[in-house]
Amino acid sequence: MRGFHSHRNEWGLLILALVVLLLGLFEIVQPGGRNVSSLTGNVITFNTLVRIGILTIVVVGLNVLMGYAGQVSLGQAAFYGLGAYISGILTTRAELLGIPGSVESSWWWPWLLMVLGMAFTGLFAFLVGRPILRLKGHYLAMGTLGLGIMIYILFRENLGFRASTINITGGFDGLVDIPRLRIGGFVLWPLSRYYFLVWLMALLSIALALNVVHSRVGRALRAIHGSEVAAEAMAVDTGDFKVRALVFSAVLASLAGSLYAHFQAAVSPGPFSFTGSLELVVMAAVGGLRNVWGAPLGVTVILVIEEFLRARGHRIFAGIGSEAEPVVFGLILILIMIFLPDGLTTSLRRLPRLWQRRPGRLPTTSQEARP
Amino acid sequence: MSVNAQAKQFLKKSRPTRQARTRQMALVAATVVLLGSIILYLGAQKQFGPLQYAQLILDGLRGGTIYALIALGFVTVFNVTGIINFAQGGFVMLGAMLAVTIHNGLALAGWPAGPRLAVAILAAVAATTLIGVLVERLTIYPARNAEPLTLIIITVGVYIVMQGVALIVWGTDAYSLPAFTTLAMQDKTIRLGTLIVKAQSFWIWGVTGVTMAVLYAFFERTMWGRALRACSVNRTAARLMGIRPDRMSALAFALAAAMGAIGGVVLAPATRPAYDMGLTLGLKGFVAAIMGGLLNPPAAVVGGILLGVIENVGAGVTRAGIKDIFAFIILIWVLLFRPQGLFGRQQTVEKV
Repeated sequence: MRGFHSHRNEWGLLILALVVLLLGLFEIVQPGGRNVSSLTGNVITFNTLVRIGILTIVVVGLNVLMGYAGQVSLGQAAFYGLGAYISGILTTRAELLGIPGSVESSWWWPWLLMVLGMAFTGLFAFLVGRPILRLKGHYLAMGTLGLGIMIYILFRENLGFRASTINITGGFDGLVDIPRLRIGGFVLWPLSRYYFLVWLMALLSIALALNVVHSRVGRALRAIHGSEVAAEAMAVDTGDFKVRALVFSAVLASLAGSLYAHFQAAVSPGPFSFTGSLELVVMAAVGGLRNVWGAPLGVTVILVIEEFLRARGHRIFAGIGSEAEPVVFGLILILIMIFLPDGLTTSLRRLPRLWQRRPGRLPTTSQEARP
Repeated sequence: MSVNAQAKQFLKKSRPTRQARTRQMALVAATVVLLGSIILYLGAQKQFGPLQYAQLILDGLRGGTIYALIALGFVTVFNVTGIINFAQGGFVMLGAMLAVTIHNGLALAGWPAGPRLAVAILAAVAATTLIGVLVERLTIYPARNAEPLTLIIITVGVYIVMQGVALIVWGTDAYSLPAFTTLAMQDKTIRLGTLIVKAQSFWIWGVTGVTMAVLYAFFERTMWGRALRACSVNRTAARLMGIRPDRMSALAFALAAAMGAIGGVVLAPATRPAYDMGLTLGLKGFVAAIMGGLLNPPAAVVGGILLGVIENVGAGVTRAGIKDIFAFIILIWVLLFRPQGLFGRQQTVEKV
């Protein structure tokens, strides 16, 4: 297959698809009355698996943007939020745009919105990306940071309108009663059905990202990451490729946002704040930025840590309770960044080599000797 | 494009011509006029007179001074280490909260109002400075060879831990510290004509002014300050001169933490400090630092004050809820049109 870096990636996709399928079937069949939640001692619920899928889609995009184009976005939650709010607003308040109720209640309308949301968010990223990406280094991080917080405030403050005259985003409380997705009469709910849709999208985005990074575009992006000047000397239009990477990540984030809106059936501004953006960057960095597989890995590790602390934290840290959660989370984050600065994927790949090394023998190269 | 034309293009880029400067000035002027007219229009809708504007500006100056202090912390750390320290807001929060706790503890021990406030302030600033050094030694130093992104994420982690610990220790309540003038929760109000100023505002301005003067003297007159500056100009050269960059990094964090804590302590009586106050303040300080170009301490101070005023006037003529948005509009505007900072010269030649 052209485009794929190696057969390992295809195997990876296949294995992940199998795992997803098995877990989904397990939840549906519930052999012996056990489900995913009871299997993990009520630490990881089926709900968590769906959230991992949704966030994987966002972080895959961020991974390409950060790891391959070398551009940090501290406002990715805004793109995620744009998707969620476009789906949320136009499935519950389409009359604001004069769209008839028959369209609003039709089964294809949410799907159309999902696509329109992706197109709009992509266009938005393109328009803002062009000038911002001219800037180098930290400046993109700062620009996306400002953009992200601005959009978050617009969500929170009902786009600046008075809620009593015209209520668009629902302000602090957000939107409720967002309908479930359906195909004709087939509703993609309960969760076990929705799970398959989410993971289908997640697998598709991973496959798409793998193809992108191992194509001509991907090589150009890596060249930009290495040295922008050198890439330009090799006739790579650096600005253009960086914008493309930003648009790619924004489109994926918007898709995930729409899926999130129909998953929660409600949208509130909270997850799209600056903290939300930071969490996405953390997931990408913990997973590792040199490899698309870092995205699902990072999301899983962070969410499992969070869920574990939520479910078991009070037992481990007696008397403190759920308040200790952010402290432990922060400490784990610091430790991962100090000891595995390249993220889990890159560091895990070095593990077999550590294994082979006989005890007492000195490391062969200075490269390996470095922590 | 011929080689000659390219060379001309390059020269045009590298040296800001009079034409480019005029264009820049025109852009800034256009923005100021546009912004001013929008503000005046919205203000006219609310029937604002000059007095209302003066009051808004005065209140903005108070907030802006705090932003200036925080921005100085950002600039100091960025200059020496190249890290954007997202834990900066955490230092402000720690300064304010520690001062409250120490003050209340001393009150229980029966100390008189004056000394206990003074001791609480000094102890809080000292403790936060120490925490700043510890943060650098425990988290930044072990990862000193990592990429900037990794270091920035570490500072994010540090902030999460700080806020988390504050949540455990202090809960979600908002606290209060007595005003410095009256030594009571109720502050004295000073009337300048029809304008109202809290006495605490003068403390904020005074303390910030003194801090900046001390900082200036430190950078210009002391050996350590010069070493710090040398390190920000050229790390390698500084090292060859016998300066240890990693120690300077710790010193920069200590200074940043101290400035943050001072900001938090003087701000505490004017607001109600809570465990989550750091994030917004830190981000605003960061915007102020960007307005100053991230490398220039005096410009960062002006940036902070300007930000405070614009933000307060903007919120005054619109709604309080969208107050925070102005800082980020300014941020984007500066990044797009004046990435070298509001007062910086256009960068001459790009480094390869």
